[in-house]
Amino acid sequence: MFAACADPKAIEGLTWLTCYLTSGKHIDFYWSFLTVLTLLAITAPTALAMGFAGATAARSRFLPLSLLGKGYAAIVRGVPDIVFFLFFVIALDQGIEYLKSLAVCDDHSWPWQGLEFRVCQEAKVPLGASSAIWHQAYGFSLAVFTFAIVFGAFAANVLYGAMGAVPKAQLETAEAYGMSQSQVFRRILVPQMWVYALPGLSNLWMILIKATPLLFLLGVKDIVYWARELGGSKTQAYEYPHPDWRLWYFLGLLVFYLCFTKVSEVVLARLSARLSRGQATAGGEALRKAAA
Amino acid sequence: MSCWQTVQDYAFRSIGFGENLLPRSDFTLCQQVTLIGSGLIWNVYSGALALAFGFFFAIAVALAKSSRKAALRKPAEWFVFVFRGSPLFIQFFLAYETLQLLPKAGVEVFGITLETAWTTRAWAGALFVLFLNTSAYAAEIFHGALKSIPKGDLEAAEAYGLTGWQKFRRIQWPTMLRLAWPAYTNEAIFLFHATTLVFFSGFPAFRQMGDALYYANYFADKTFNPFVPYPIVAAYFIALTLILTFGFGLVNRYLNRHLPSNQKSRIRLRPQLIR
Repeated sequence: MFAACADPKAIEGLTWLTCYLTSGKHIDFYWSFLTVLTLLAITAPTALAMGFAGATAARSRFLPLSLLGKGYAAIVRGVPDIVFFLFFVIALDQGIEYLKSLAVCDDHSWPWQGLEFRVCQEAKVPLGASSAIWHQAYGFSLAVFTFAIVFGAFAANVLYGAMGAVPKAQLETAEAYGMSQSQVFRRILVPQMWVYALPGLSNLWMILIKATPLLFLLGVKDIVYWARELGGSKTQAYEYPHPDWRLWYFLGLLVFYLCFTKVSEVVLARLSARLSRGQATAGGEALRKAAA
Repeated sequence: MSCWQTVQDYAFRSIGFGENLLPRSDFTLCQQVTLIGSGLIWNVYSGALALAFGFFFAIAVALAKSSRKAALRKPAEWFVFVFRGSPLFIQFFLAYETLQLLPKAGVEVFGITLETAWTTRAWAGALFVLFLNTSAYAAEIFHGALKSIPKGDLEAAEAYGLTGWQKFRRIQWPTMLRLAWPAYTNEAIFLFHATTLVFFSGFPAFRQMGDALYYANYFADKTFNPFVPYPIVAAYFIALTLILTFGFGLVNRYLNRHLPSNQKSRIRLRPQLIR
């Protein structure tokens, strides 16, 4: 990157460290932090939307729909999430390829034959010939979708509870004013439920942050991947030889996560105070008293 | 090969007994169920021991955290923050790398050579991390329970002349346990779920002796079919969760035995998942 870095073997001390930390691989490492943030930025709203859909379905009066919603919220509770992560990614991948094979392949035989999953070449997603960037993008979007499904189930759980926590009298009053079911839902229930949902959702956000290293298990080149890659001992054959430094890289990741959770805690506390304003809860009461 | 033969060969494969070679072809359902169940031994081992040791350490940390002395409170606060604020996954990696830095030949203490190689094995290293992790989470639960002991109870205790250790043992301790128990049940369940991370986070499986998910992953890799092994793991863990809920429920009933039925606390599962 810098002119002084042209011959890494000749330099030492602070210059060496600067050159080392700005090498091409390290730039990739820094970008991978963005991967993690992107994952969070896409997953959080998607999971919230899926959770909202799940919770609404669970409240439905139509029994199959309600069972579907409740089943979705319940399914992830008894099983370690990592099982879901490992399972969904392969299952989704094979499901997509199977559906595509029905459309594009001539041979419609059942693909799970013995020890192999077999679809014709045209049905591979992405196609074997496409460039590496597509393979990475596909892997990443599968990961995002998996995160959204799993965390959507948790969010459904939280939102279902929050919808139940809105005082009944509020809803009945709205009905007495002649609002229809959907109006009650839109105007009364949804605006009021957030304050009850926030503790659960904050908890979920913290969990989501701490779940991001699992991207590594899904084969995405995330910060854990790069920390292992860059930290491993490098022989003289490399430009920047060094002993096993993985410990320091992982310490860096630890600090990154600690800072991230700390910042989130502060922001969520503010948000909680903002949402409690004017609410008939203990938090809202405390705010009213503090203002008076 | 009959299913009974498979059970004999592989039921204790994860702790090194029975057939040495894992099945390589013609995978049967029986093999998958047996081997994954055999792996569950490790999950139960690390979960149960971490929980047992962590329980006492967590109470010590919780008491330190509610102490008025900053010298006690600050380290406890930092301990809880570090272990609750970072992913367990990273903690495993970090611990593994740290333990690997110990001198291979062993450490000389007072002329006795202490072996260090065993610390990088999953049964010791991962157990240690899980112990610290669950201690931090449980300490937060117990700390919250300590803070929500009714003021009247403490005042009544003081009026009766109970102080210090006696007040703690007779009033604070039982009430804290009773208030914390439902949350602690969740912590226990999710600790058992977290044990599945061990072999995916640096700690290598020694001679292919791994946990339930390790074997499930082995089968999924070999058969390219995730639809059999992962649901088997899921079923095992649902069973484990039910057993835990039942056991902790009994304790909960015991802790609440003196209360009228409408004031008894009930255990509810809450998502708290990944560390």
